[in-house]
Parts: sequence; structure tokens; C-alpha cells
Amino acid sequence: MPAAAPNGGHASLCPPYGLPPRRARFKLPQGPLAWRAFLIQAVVLAAIAAFLFWVGRNVIANIARLNINTGFSFLSRPAGFEIAQKLIGYSETASYFDVFVIALLNTVVLTAVAIFFATILGFVIGLARLSSNQLVAGVAAAYVELIRNIPLLLQLFYWYFAVLRPLPGPRQSLNFFEIAFLNKRGLFLPSPVFEPGFGTVLTTIIVMALIGIALAWLNQRHRMRTGSGLHSVRLIALLLFIPPLLAAWLTDFPLSWDVPALAGFNFSGGVTVIPEFVAMAIALSLYGAAYIAEIVRSGIRAVPAGQIDAARAIGLRPGQISRFIVIPQALRVILPPLGTQYIVLLKNSSLSAAIAYPDLMLVFAGTVLNQTGQPLEVMIVTMASYALIGLAIGVAINLLNRRVQLVER
Amino acid sequence: MGKLAAFARSCVATPSNIMLSILTLLLLAWLLPELVKWSLIDAVWTGSSSKACEGHDAACWVFIRLRFDQLLYGPYPTLERWRVDVVAALAVLAVTLMLMPVRRTGARKLIGLAALCLLPIAAAPLLAGGFFGLKPVRTTDWGGIMLNIVIAAWSIATAIPLGLLLALGRRSEMPAIGYACTTFIELWRSLPLIGVLFLAVVMFPLFVPPGFESDRLARALIAFTLFNAAIFAEVFRGGLQAIPHGQREAARSLGLGYWRMTALVVLPQVVRIVMPGMINTCVSIIKETTVVLIIGLVEFLAVLQIAFSDPEWLIGDQIRTTGYLFAALVFWSLCFALSRYSARLDRSMAHGPIQASAAQ
Repeated sequence: MPAAAPNGGHASLCPPYGLPPRRARFKLPQGPLAWRAFLIQAVVLAAIAAFLFWVGRNVIANIARLNINTGFSFLSRPAGFEIAQKLIGYSETASYFDVFVIALLNTVVLTAVAIFFATILGFVIGLARLSSNQLVAGVAAAYVELIRNIPLLLQLFYWYFAVLRPLPGPRQSLNFFEIAFLNKRGLFLPSPVFEPGFGTVLTTIIVMALIGIALAWLNQRHRMRTGSGLHSVRLIALLLFIPPLLAAWLTDFPLSWDVPALAGFNFSGGVTVIPEFVAMAIALSLYGAAYIAEIVRSGIRAVPAGQIDAARAIGLRPGQISRFIVIPQALRVILPPLGTQYIVLLKNSSLSAAIAYPDLMLVFAGTVLNQTGQPLEVMIVTMASYALIGLAIGVAINLLNRRVQLVER
Repeated sequence: MGKLAAFARSCVATPSNIMLSILTLLLLAWLLPELVKWSLIDAVWTGSSSKACEGHDAACWVFIRLRFDQLLYGPYPTLERWRVDVVAALAVLAVTLMLMPVRRTGARKLIGLAALCLLPIAAAPLLAGGFFGLKPVRTTDWGGIMLNIVIAAWSIATAIPLGLLLALGRRSEMPAIGYACTTFIELWRSLPLIGVLFLAVVMFPLFVPPGFESDRLARALIAFTLFNAAIFAEVFRGGLQAIPHGQREAARSLGLGYWRMTALVVLPQVVRIVMPGMINTCVSIIKETTVVLIIGLVEFLAVLQIAFSDPEWLIGDQIRTTGYLFAALVFWSLCFALSRYSARLDRSMAHGPIQASAAQ
């Protein structure tokens, strides 16, 4: 069916005849109501402009009065202070810009780790709340109600000051299977060591993954055409395991782990996660999980029961029902609020100022601001960074969301 | 009995359910007895100094009892604390009056409005002093739970009207007002609360003319108002979008102007829809009041942290844990009660007249 003209086929009668309608240009208001609306808007805009002008004039006057430096040249000056956690090289001679990058990375890493754990835990608890087992559902509900009604800052203090700080020293560390160790100095994890030949294994994995993706695509196309799959799923699983294992065996297992070991009064080897990070990650994950659980629960409950009945009626197995019927429909409801929750998590990560985890807020809007005495520039950079990371999370979730949206014809 | 039987049956319905039940019971058996033993059975309840708790690895409720006044009032001068009590009594009176079952809705509205307007007018001079021979108390001396309640009450009372105006402006047919409100809302919503508080503390003095004095609490209150107004605006927007367009058209055709249409037809329906969302936002505001600790205001948690570092109480980690447990109990009972109330409203509204008419 050809698309009808949006205004019911009269398009050619409107000026300019036969041409697509032009965008409205500025027109003088017509009639007393339109004039009133015009005047109201003019007054409001003038008031906003006057307010901004007043603030701007005050800022300039204050900057002149207090002899504050302006401009972003401070970013290239050496910072000269130590940061407790740095993911890239940093020395005392590093500039304020390097400090900014390190602090930003700390914020991003913390947020990513917290999002990862909060999502897993949130899905588990959200599903548990829907369990037919009332004991499990009740415990999950109790968790959500407990966590959601206690301030995050209080939970953070608890984990940091009451759990992690009183831990024993390195000699009496909590020992997790001789691999990871937790003590008052932090969490000690093994770190990977790449030996020659690891590149070969990695290449094998990538190539096999590409082949697997191609096979999955072919399978999907075949299923769409004929209605039956090629059963290539098992083949893909084999592809992903056997050749990389073979490659690893041929190159004599080129990946080893550097496990932290007690040497003297501290651990050496592996990676050290500072206790502030551990406390932040635990508090943010547990807190975020409670909210994500609620999102997951309402998303799954939004799938009408008739859908599941219908799926059962056409003979789908329980696993297929969740894969093809429940999850795709629930994701549509879950993803948008999940994205919002991730952004909330990012914003909550700035609470680290309270326990001195060196993130963007503490290091940049705190230490750098105090040292440079340039509040305007530092705050603008900090706030813009948070807004931009939040925007990036939003865009990523929107892209994902577009994939699961209903295709309406 | 029927409920209990159904509960028991659901736990052993299938093999996987039995296994889940056993795992959950193991988890509970590991956590709960320890918690009860630590916080109630082994806890120290009596005593008059830190001596009572020394070397006793269990909750030390003596600490809370001896520090109770400080947790409540912070550094507020001891002799002036009756003023806080008076304000609290007035607030309780106002809430009771509002909840009283008055038949005539007109009288009810009048009482509510009077309480809402008169309470702050009475509370501010009483707390700050400087009038009627009351000793002035600087806001840096306000603290404890009292400060959390002041900040929460102020934020809720100011952010709701401002948020409503912003939401109306965002949906306005006048483009300039729509853009202005949208920009304002999205700007505040993109910032973390700590950032907003830092902004208020560091930047506010730059924004006002030289010589303009403002204390830290006032700046924090402004920050809370603006930040939460943006959040309330989004809550109201959801409600405004849920009102069928026919309602507005009907109001227009009756000859109502914009403000009368909004006040008499739209808002009564919106308030009913967004009530659960508003209460949830109030819960997050109550939780957020703790954050002012970072800009150096001595609210509840800050008083606790200061009390922990008192040399007299440096007797072990149980003091800290007890303090946090107490704070958690205070916040939890307040927020849980509110969120239950909001959930109940949510359920009762699912069968309310709006949903029924919207479904037609």
C-alpha cells in the first residue's frame, strides 16, 4: 500500500503548491494569545539572560578581586603529589593533565567493576525474587529492602572502616585458596604473565571466534529460510575450545600467573588492589544490585503469562522458552532503566571522596582545585567529564536497546 | 495456617526447590544466629563509661546511650536544645493534624497549608535564634539527626514546587520556556550530588557580588533544592504525560485558562499518579542528606565518625560496628516505612478511577 500524505492528501493544495512544505520561518505572532505567549517568552528569556549576565559580571569581578589565575595553562604544570592508585605510569614530575587522566581512569575502572558485579548480582537476586520457592523469594526481597533503605555512604563506611580496616596485617591475611589474599593493606590478586607464544594462542582464539560468528550468522540465515537450524551451535563450541587448547599445548602453555607471595612484611608479585577500591566496589555493587534486581523483576513480570503458555503449547522446552520468549521481551523493559541505573552508579562512585579513593572527584575537584586555586576551570572539567561518561553509558545502552526493540511494520 | 502450609509446600515442591531451600537455610543459619548473638544476647546494655565494653566483642549499646544527645543534636549548645525539641513537637503536631480524619476536604487542605507555611516560619527563628531574646546559634553548630531532618524537610518542601514548575515548563507549548526548563533539568541531572555540593561550596562565592555573606549550610540547602527539583521535575513529567489529552481539551472547552486547567483538572490527577514516585524521591533525599558530611557539615554520620575517634572510645572495633548498626536502624526504619507506604499507594492506585478511565 502506498504511503498516504501525512495531512490526508491535501499537500498539493497548500502553498507552495506541489512542493514539499518548507520549514516554518520566523513569523510575527498573530492574534492576542500568540502575542501574549511571545511576550511571556521574551520576558523569561530576558530574565535568564540578565541573571546569567549578573553572575558572569560577579565572576569576573571576583576573579579580579581575588587575583585568581584563569585559563587552562595549569594543566601542563607539574603536579608534584602522590596518588595511591595509578593505572598508568606516573612520576612526581607529571603534569596536572596526567593527574586528570589517572583520576579519570580510576573513576572509570571503579564504575566498570561495580557495574559488572552489580549486574550479575542484580540479575541473580531479581530472578530469586520471582522464584516459586517462597523462602528464596523472601530472602531476596529482604536483601532488596535492607539495602535500598540504608544510605550508600553508611554502607560504604561500614565496609571500609568496620570490615576492611580492622583486618589483620599481611602475615594473618585471609587466604583464598592460596591464590588471592585480603588484609588491611588491600586485596592481592594474581596477575597474568604472557610468555612468548601467547600471541599464537590469542590469534587462534580470535580466528576461531570469527569463524564461529560467521557460522552462527549462516545458521541464523538458514533457519530464517527453512525453519530448521543447522545444529552448528555445538560445532561452534568445539571450535572455540579445541583449536586454542591445541595451540596452547603446542606452544607449551604460554600464560602463567604471577601469584602474590608473602615476602617479609608484605606481599610481592601479583597486583595489589587498594582497600579503598575494594570498599567502594563492594558497597557500589551491593547497593546497585538491589536496584537492578527490582528492574529485572519488573521486566520479567511485564512478559504476559499468555506468552509462556503459548510457547509451552507449541512445544518449546523451558530453556527455549526463556531464550526465545521471555528474555527478548523482558530485555525491552529492562534495558532503559538499567542504563539509568548504570549512570546513577557512575554518579555514586564520586562518594569515594569520603574514604579517600583517588577518583576524579577527590583528586581533581579536591586536591588539584586546592593546589591551583582555579575553581572555575577545574569544576567545569570535572563536571563535564562526569556528564560525558554518563552520556557514553547512555549511548551504549541505547545502541543495545535498539537491537532488542520490537520491529514494527 | 493455610499461608504457612503453602510456604512450606513451595520450599519442597521440586528437587531443585529443595536444594535451593537447603542452600538458603544454610546461609541464614550462618548469618542470623551470629547477628542476634552479637547485637542482642552478648551485647553490653548497662554501664556508665567505656569501661563496660572494653574487651567485649559484641555490640556496645552503652556507647549509643551515652552519646545519644550528641547524635540527636550534634554540637548544638546544650542549654538551647529545648528549642529543637519545641520545633520537633510542632512538626509532630502538624503531621498529626494533617493525618487526622477530617470529613471536609476544605478544612483538611486548610490545615495542611497552614502547617506547611507556619512550621518553617516558626522553626527557622527558633533554631537560628537572634529573635525575642533567644541566643543566636550559628548553623555550623547545627548537627546530628536534627540537621539531617532540617535538610530533608527543606529540600522536600522547596524542591517539590520548583520541580512542578519545571515539569510544567518542560511540557509548555512555548518553545523558549520548554528549552530553558529542559536545559536546566538535564544539566542538574547529569551531575553527581557531591559535585553539586562542591560547586555550591567552592563556586557560590564566585557567583555572588563581593561582600555577600552566606554560610555553608545555606549553600548546601540551595544545592539540594536545585538538584532535587530536577529529579522531582522528571517524576512530575511522567505523571503529566499519563493524563489523557482529552482531559485538557475538555477543560479548555469549559472555558478554563491554563492555570485553572492545570490546578483544577490536571494536577489532582497527576498527584495521584506520581505519589509513589514522589515518596521514593523523598526516601532518596533522606538518604542523601548524609552526603553533606563531605563538605564538612556535622550531620548524623559525621557526629558518629567524630565520636569513634574520641580517645575514651578507642577500645575496639565493636564501637564502630555498633554505631553503624544504630545509624542503619534509624535510617532503615524511616525509609522502609515510607517505601512501604508508597508501595501501598501504588497497589491501591492500580485499581483507582484514573486507571479505569484511561483503559476505556
